[in-house]
Amino acid sequence: MRILPFVVSTLITGALVFGLQHKWNGIPALGPFFSPQQGFWQNAEPSDHDYNASLHLPGLQGKATVYIDKRLVPHVFAEQEADAYFVQGYLHAKFRLWQMEFQTMAAAGRLAEILGNNPDLIKFDRSQRRLGMVTGARKSLEVMEADPESKKYFDAYTAGVNAWIDNLTAGQLPVEYKILGYRPERWSNFKTALFSKVMAKDLAAYERDLEFTNERSVFNLAQMKVLYGDLSDSSMPIVPRGTAFAAAGIVPVAPAGADSAYFQNDTSLRVTPVGKPLRENGSNNWAVAGNKTQSGAPILCNDPHLSLTLPSIWFEMQLSTPTMNVYGCTFPGAPSVIMGFNDSVAFGTTNAMRDVRDYWSIRFRDASKKEYWYNGEWTPTELRVDTIRIAGSAPLFDTVATTAFGPVMYDASFTSELPGDRALACRWTAQDGGNEPGLFFLLNRAKNYDDYRRAISMLKTPGQNVVFASKSGDIAMWQQGKFPARWEGQGLYVMPGEDDSYAWQGFIPEEENPHVHQDSGFVQSANQRPADASYPYFIPGNYITPRGVTIAHTLEAAQGATPQQMMALQQSYFNSTAEDAVPFLLRSINRSRLEGKAQEYFDELARWDFVEKADGRAATIYNVFMDSLSTSLLGDELTRVSGASIWPDDQALVEALLRDSAAFFVDDVRTPETETLEQVAQSAFEKAAQTLEAEERTNGLVWWKYKKASIRHLLRDALSPFWHKGLEVGGSGATPNAIKQFHGPSWRQVIELSQKTLAYGIYPGGQSGNPGSRFYDNFTDDWARGNYYELWMMTAAEASDRRVLWTMTFNPS
Amino acid sequence: MDHDLQSFLIMRFLVSILLIALFAFIAGRYLPWWSIAVVAFAVCVLLPQRLLRSFLAGFLGIFLLWFGLALWLDTKNDQLLSRKIAELLHLGQSSFLLMLVTALIGGIVGGFAALSGASLRATR
Repeated sequence: MRILPFVVSTLITGALVFGLQHKWNGIPALGPFFSPQQGFWQNAEPSDHDYNASLHLPGLQGKATVYIDKRLVPHVFAEQEADAYFVQGYLHAKFRLWQMEFQTMAAAGRLAEILGNNPDLIKFDRSQRRLGMVTGARKSLEVMEADPESKKYFDAYTAGVNAWIDNLTAGQLPVEYKILGYRPERWSNFKTALFSKVMAKDLAAYERDLEFTNERSVFNLAQMKVLYGDLSDSSMPIVPRGTAFAAAGIVPVAPAGADSAYFQNDTSLRVTPVGKPLRENGSNNWAVAGNKTQSGAPILCNDPHLSLTLPSIWFEMQLSTPTMNVYGCTFPGAPSVIMGFNDSVAFGTTNAMRDVRDYWSIRFRDASKKEYWYNGEWTPTELRVDTIRIAGSAPLFDTVATTAFGPVMYDASFTSELPGDRALACRWTAQDGGNEPGLFFLLNRAKNYDDYRRAISMLKTPGQNVVFASKSGDIAMWQQGKFPARWEGQGLYVMPGEDDSYAWQGFIPEEENPHVHQDSGFVQSANQRPADASYPYFIPGNYITPRGVTIAHTLEAAQGATPQQMMALQQSYFNSTAEDAVPFLLRSINRSRLEGKAQEYFDELARWDFVEKADGRAATIYNVFMDSLSTSLLGDELTRVSGASIWPDDQALVEALLRDSAAFFVDDVRTPETETLEQVAQSAFEKAAQTLEAEERTNGLVWWKYKKASIRHLLRDALSPFWHKGLEVGGSGATPNAIKQFHGPSWRQVIELSQKTLAYGIYPGGQSGNPGSRFYDNFTDDWARGNYYELWMMTAAEASDRRVLWTMTFNPS
Repeated sequence: MDHDLQSFLIMRFLVSILLIALFAFIAGRYLPWWSIAVVAFAVCVLLPQRLLRSFLAGFLGIFLLWFGLALWLDTKNDQLLSRKIAELLHLGQSSFLLMLVTALIGGIVGGFAALSGASLRATR
């Protein structure tokens, strides 16, 4: 033995193995990561990968066969009802395990636990817990499991996910786990409940209460209504204008003294709002009855607009059992088909955009948060301690107080913006339990309108516009959800939290929710206010008007509609706000006083057909001009707001100007003279022209190049090589085809319920969540071009069809 | 050193490389990645060689195994994943550089483990 070389080389080997086995400051453990037998190379799926399998798994009750077609869409045929969900869970995990777990970890406020000691992540985790994502999911789990049928199916789904996880080899681990250096936990029904809260937060947690409260120091109530009011002059509501509504079943009463204690009182606390979902999380859907279609059969269309991500939020599949045969898009993380069709009906959803989250100002007795002033006495809070685990560091303990109004979101321990005795409690309908995931067990089996009604009555949060059409000819739209019945103005601003008169007084009876059910004409929704001013409740919300205008006008004119025409409407880049705004605003601008390129831009806008084409320039000019105009109109006021503020919509500004071109916000409050719209528009256009000239040198003002639409990986900038970049797409948030930079139609479906259903659909992404698979984002280019795939409702007799490329058999072990 | 001995030593060198690659491959199917170190160590204990040669045998055995496996997987995958991972690691989307880094990491571990094994057996 050569002592010195032995000792030295053994030490070096040991150090190398140790060093390569450990994660160093965000860099993955290099040994397991690079090992071709376990690391990322194992995720390099062969392009001719064989998905055939014969599986024997505990937990199955009978036999199930899965036919996988050339687009990697699984068609599941199960002999036992529960087995369909077992197999669905197994396939979701097989193709999408990382995303489904990551999303539920985020929901549970556990990101620092996997991603490490980062102040933003820790704040995010705390905000999720404080908001009630976890307590809400726990309550939902109780409701979900209280129904024996639902529980059986959730259990089967969970067992299916775990059948995959339990047999997962190191090599099969999704590459994101290898990069981040952690391993999946086992799945549970609780995680499915958490997933339902992910959707609740994405779709029903947007409000502007804190910003509005701050802005009250600059705008009066009437001005706030002009800028942010929920009624729009041009809107085409879900329930057509002029429809009569019955009197309200519950009449909430404003507290005595609300004028001074609430509306006129400056309650602003100037905290920076956290954890807000994207405003534009919306969608389009409509159904056209047989009297307006060429085939005489109803056509149902839906395209949900969400953050565009890879892996996609959707996974396409067919589920077939003795009592159900359904096809559509599914959520990895939950059983059932969410949007799609069965042999009798078709269904889908858009977001209701209703405000279901409010704040109350709380005064603690002292920094211990044990008591708060309520109904004239010091009242005990309910205190709980949340443990925020942090990878590589000691855990953080967060003490959260719960009041009669809900949990405290903001207090001094959460944000240094608040003094020790002040806090904001937050009430949000998703803090309550509900069996939202379970409604799809019923909806997927619905045969008629009554079945649909029964199924969707389980939907509380997020409130959705659920569109429906049946082969028997019905079309329907219900704005379904649990919505607080508010007195006029309640919850627009932070409310006094010192007595119970400011609490929610009840919920709007479900049968009074806006709805349409008919067998002719059409129904439509696109995130607009659901009804006109005659609806007997005060229903603030985050409504978006223009898409619905274009859709309703197109459908009104439609005769002999075909699926292809409906696709064209989903693809429409027509901007109805621009149609209202451009001719009017250009009249306020004196072309001859513009210089150089500005005249050219003016002429391009004047010639524009308001279609935001991908390769056109007018959309760029319009959007840059509108940005410049809003800044000129409102920048002077909003910079006076201390704390967070928020820009009103272009639509609201344009409508206000059309009503009164000398609206209060036109004047620049920083100058002694009173500006006119002509002056403001002229200078806004000149400023826009400067920006445009600079832009023109880099992108020629081509809209898609200016917009830079991409589909990001869920981990965003950290994994930019996993993105799909450079999409040549047009449109904006105001066009039916609402593609923004990182946001847009995450699934499109067009379903004609003729004797043999004709269905078409597509989503940006691909069936596999693995960036090393050719199925990772193989649909994206077709999606960007506006192509659709035929959705094949397969029958078991078609097992030898040439579209079936692989077969998996599932047997109980 | 006579000719026969020299060919014997070359043979032993080549056999070591082959055995290290082979057993590392088999071990890698069931054991964590660092089994390459155990294999390289064991082979060099059983087939003693001069230190530099053992190092080279361990290095080349794992280098070639890992490079070969990566190349095989990469070719079957049409370089879909390797370009993305290479970009992530700032290797300019080069699959080849990524394979080289892969093989070097394995090779160095294999080399030092082999050296350790050889020095355990070495007499002078």
